[in-house]
Amino acid sequence: MPPLLKLILIRIGLGILTLFLVSVVVFAATQALPGDTARAILGKEAANVARYEALREQLGLNQPVAQQYVSWLGGVVVGDFGNSLVQKEPVTQLLARRVANSFVLVAIAALLSIPLSLLLGSITALRRDGKFDISVSIGSLSLAALPEFVTGIILILLFATQVFTWLPAVSHVDPTVPIFEQLDLFILPAITLTLAVAPYITRILRASTIEVLESEYVMMARLKGLPERLVLNRHAVPNALAPAIQVTALNLAWLAGGVVVVEFLFAFPGIGSLLVDSVANRDMPMVQAICLIIAAVYVLANLTADILTILVSPRLRTGLR
Amino acid sequence: MNDEIIVSDSELIEPAVTHADVRRSEWLMIIAEAWRMRRTKIGVAIFGGIVLLAVIGPWIAPYSPTEFVAPPYSAPAPTAMWLGSDYIGHDVLTRVLYGGRTVILLALAATVIGLGLGVTLGLITGYARRWIDESVMRILDVVLAFPQIVLTLLFVSVLGPRLWLIVLMVGISHAPRIARVARAATLEVAQRDFVRAAEAFGVPRRKILFNEILPSITSPLLVEFGLRLTYSIGLIAALSFLGFGMQPPAADWGLMINENRLGIVIQPWPVFVPVLLIGILTIATNLIADGLGRALIGIERDTGVG
Amino acid sequence: METVSAAGPTKSPEPEVVLNVEGLRIVLDPSGLDIDDDVTLVIRRGEVLGLVGESASGKTTVATSLLDYQRRGAKIAGGRVEIDGKDILSMRPAALRTIRGGAISYVPQDSSAALNPALRIELQLMEILEVHGFGASSAEREARVAQMMAEVVLPSDKAFLRRYPHQLSGGQQQRVAIAMAFANRPKVIVLDEPTTALDVTTQAHVLDTVRDLTKSYGVAALYVTHDLAVVSNLADRIAVMYAGRVIETGTRDELFAAGCHPYTRKLLASIPDITGERALRGIPGWAPRPGKRPTGCAFTPRCDWAVDRCHEEFPPVEEPSAGRRVRCWRWKEVRAQAADLDIHLRDKSLSARGAEETTVISVRDVTAFYQRKEILHGITTSLSERRCLSLVGESGSGKTTLARCIAGLHPHKIVGDIDFGGKALSRDARDRPRATRQAIQYIFQSPYSSLNPRKTIGQILSQPLRVFFDLSRDEMEGRMEKVLEQVALDSSLLSRYPDQLSGGERQRVAIARGLAAEPTVLICDEVTSWLDVSVQAAVIELLAALQRDMGLSMLFVTHNLALVRSIAQEVAVMNEGRIVEYGLVDAVLDDPQADYTKKLLSDTPTV
Repeated sequence: MPPLLKLILIRIGLGILTLFLVSVVVFAATQALPGDTARAILGKEAANVARYEALREQLGLNQPVAQQYVSWLGGVVVGDFGNSLVQKEPVTQLLARRVANSFVLVAIAALLSIPLSLLLGSITALRRDGKFDISVSIGSLSLAALPEFVTGIILILLFATQVFTWLPAVSHVDPTVPIFEQLDLFILPAITLTLAVAPYITRILRASTIEVLESEYVMMARLKGLPERLVLNRHAVPNALAPAIQVTALNLAWLAGGVVVVEFLFAFPGIGSLLVDSVANRDMPMVQAICLIIAAVYVLANLTADILTILVSPRLRTGLR
Repeated sequence: MNDEIIVSDSELIEPAVTHADVRRSEWLMIIAEAWRMRRTKIGVAIFGGIVLLAVIGPWIAPYSPTEFVAPPYSAPAPTAMWLGSDYIGHDVLTRVLYGGRTVILLALAATVIGLGLGVTLGLITGYARRWIDESVMRILDVVLAFPQIVLTLLFVSVLGPRLWLIVLMVGISHAPRIARVARAATLEVAQRDFVRAAEAFGVPRRKILFNEILPSITSPLLVEFGLRLTYSIGLIAALSFLGFGMQPPAADWGLMINENRLGIVIQPWPVFVPVLLIGILTIATNLIADGLGRALIGIERDTGVG
Repeated sequence: METVSAAGPTKSPEPEVVLNVEGLRIVLDPSGLDIDDDVTLVIRRGEVLGLVGESASGKTTVATSLLDYQRRGAKIAGGRVEIDGKDILSMRPAALRTIRGGAISYVPQDSSAALNPALRIELQLMEILEVHGFGASSAEREARVAQMMAEVVLPSDKAFLRRYPHQLSGGQQQRVAIAMAFANRPKVIVLDEPTTALDVTTQAHVLDTVRDLTKSYGVAALYVTHDLAVVSNLADRIAVMYAGRVIETGTRDELFAAGCHPYTRKLLASIPDITGERALRGIPGWAPRPGKRPTGCAFTPRCDWAVDRCHEEFPPVEEPSAGRRVRCWRWKEVRAQAADLDIHLRDKSLSARGAEETTVISVRDVTAFYQRKEILHGITTSLSERRCLSLVGESGSGKTTLARCIAGLHPHKIVGDIDFGGKALSRDARDRPRATRQAIQYIFQSPYSSLNPRKTIGQILSQPLRVFFDLSRDEMEGRMEKVLEQVALDSSLLSRYPDQLSGGERQRVAIARGLAAEPTVLICDEVTSWLDVSVQAAVIELLAALQRDMGLSMLFVTHNLALVRSIAQEVAVMNEGRIVEYGLVDAVLDDPQADYTKKLLSDTPTV
């Protein structure tokens, strides 16, 4: 087996292992519930012993924990997360639209932040210590520090209230209308997410670009008399690619969690705000499902970053340690 | 491998000190170097100011935070109600003065927990046998797979919004991230010959870990502490904002922001002021962390120590 | 240059000057402290000028300045660099680009870093041709690349050319760099310590290649190095640098026969002599770094000839003869001193065999592994009491591995017996009884890595004392002072930190730490490889004296065959995990039996 394929398969294997352990954690956490699910569902009616026992049987709560886990996992793998305790309907159905909405939101944020960061990162690296670099640096530092809901509220204050009243402060996405006709409801949340993520990507891109620019091989290229354009494009960029991919993917992975607060702030109907509601209502099946999905996205993003990095580095491609 | 022939020619490295200079300890050098930068001074000043505000706030507040002083969302009235009243009729200024303590205390606690756990794990995995390292890292990977806020919410959904739970979970979610930094630093130090020399003498592993390795990794950890504190503040404020932190009628900045959002157009102050305070607090801690980080790089470069 | 023929000496017309450097000054940026000052060099067509210096001499920064380039942190602050009469320091960027890689090219010190890891070597070779407009078609350029590869004795088939740099060995990478440098038949070529990171054997090949190509193409070459032995076989003329200034220039013969500067002479005396005639003599002290250079001549603190004037003023350039330059107030007296007064004959009794030889450490049929791979194959040897055995070999020979196995620092599988005083040694030092751990001490190669930078010298030295002995505080201080004295260091160093010491001082501290345990066996693992030649000599002197006076059994690991005579009585030559020859030092070096030993001897550059 070529070393490249082997390397990739190992990574994928590790990812699956991690996901498996994640599912154990998600399941185990909910086992720590004081009292039990059946009682929570029935509420007052739990006094009726017959109904209580019947529900326990139905939910499989009398089985040993390990068996419960296995049947739960079996359901998860085929997409059956059970029923929401609040809405009494299958979780999967309730999630579908929300997942789509969040996905579009994150996609827009990604499409905004990647080019922005690439541009800022490389320009500030090339014109190091100049005025532009310093102002971007201060801006990044500040934005990186701010919690995302703070950024969001400042945006609301600026654009949706006192200063300008252009954009809606609260996003009521109409489920009957296609997403693309309601894009203005995505704008503020997407910008908030972008402002939360872009500073990190920019700073790291700048650092790795500088490292490449100060490398021995870039110096050698210049000493060979190559024009600067060629030095940058042919010699610098290919080496800056791997760290760029790494940091971009990792930071985008962060967005999977970033949506929670931002969606709640803008009342955006995605899985983030649904998670917050579900936690408040102790809707365990829903919480389990969303946590799993978010963790899976995170693991997948990391895996993609790893694999892309391997593909882009000749040293790793040819199997050298 | 072992038999490499490498000859160094360290011409451009200018050592910072010689026999004639007095050498201060590494920590002091970093702090002194960081202090030289304007950004650090600003960060410390702001941080100090806000902490002071949070600490003495309750003593200088004009009212009690749960007192009804005016109809909801009343506009500010100079001298009586500097910032107006909130969604239910409390004095905004008072609640602001009371509202900082929890965030700062909880954030500090969570950061300390995270640091303690993370550094220990990092040291152990960086210096232990391969199989211990691998298995612990797998477990940490699992914790890492959850965004910090999601992990906390998972357990809050099960156990309810308890303050101790939030501090614990935020701290636990910091641990693997800190552990990664600590582990990388430990790995680098552990392969240096002075560690090997101690092993050759027969110094027990635990002593080597604490006497030889730990002192050498404190500098990046100092920077990491500043960073993690920034995130802790953000996370804990966010959790209060989501309604899982302090519960009404307690005064807390994060909670205030959520409570008063709907009236933002009429009365922006109960939202704006806490937002401003949290914002500049996190910027301040980040400035300090950044200053420390730059000082560390500068000193490593000058003395060849790192 | 003079040529002598049967009809008597005839003076052929001197080749024209191709490279003329005048008053070059390079400073640190932004502090402005000078790294190099007033550097003047002249190289003629077909000539190789060796630029020699130790650390802090400033020689490396001079190298890139010749292409008007400085790394971040330094800048060129004055002077002229003329190639064929044109000053490149005042050229516009476009013109400069035509010159770089065209009229003047550069061979870097470390090609593993200087070749772009993301590009195939074919591309990196072709582009230097393309950019300078060579050849009308890419077929022509490919043909030229094939020719270039043949010149440096590398394969030119497609498969090889399509490799990435990391798929080549160190020697191959360096040869690719040389091929690139000669591609456009430059007028001047600057070689920046190109063989420093290579084995002696590979180094010999690379030097041959450089010599052949410079001669065939009549290129003026500047060869920057710290190794006088290397340059003595390659250079026509030599310029010696110290603390940022050129302090002596002359032909190779002139300098070696009768140097005019005390530093030059001392430097020559510190080169290890493989023939064993000359004893090693080091120069005490160390070279000052930028910003720490005194007024007056920088060498004064270490100079035997110093007078008051040397402290006050830096001596101007004087020309003892045509093409000869020196900067010393007392050069006439220095030159007048007969060369053989510098040379101290080596005390040959050092290598004589002692009357009794009790075996202290015996190694029987030891095979060692590194993960799955076998790296030592059935080694059998022994170390006798009060004797020094030297393990010599190139990188990968297994010499350090063997030393580590004996010291208990090889945490992988070992098969075979290693005994100390008749009793079997545990594989891991931590499993050994305290008395054993105390008796066998190990000195590491890098003085920068073997001392904890967070501890004071006192704390570092007290570690073995605390582990092995039960002493009161006063007793400990007393022992530390004593052991520092043994390595010729002042006790005021006890409160200093390692980064306040020079490399040589740090290595002495490392030795002192080993001595503090009161060992009977001392294992020195390439302890001078990181040190300047002059400092190395001093440390070797120290070790030899300690071994003799304290009756230590010593294992001395080195890659430099020439050092062996100065310290060891017995030598084991290693290659690829085996001992290929073993015997008394004089016997093995004067009359080697094994082919490998012969080759090693012939490849080791000598003065």
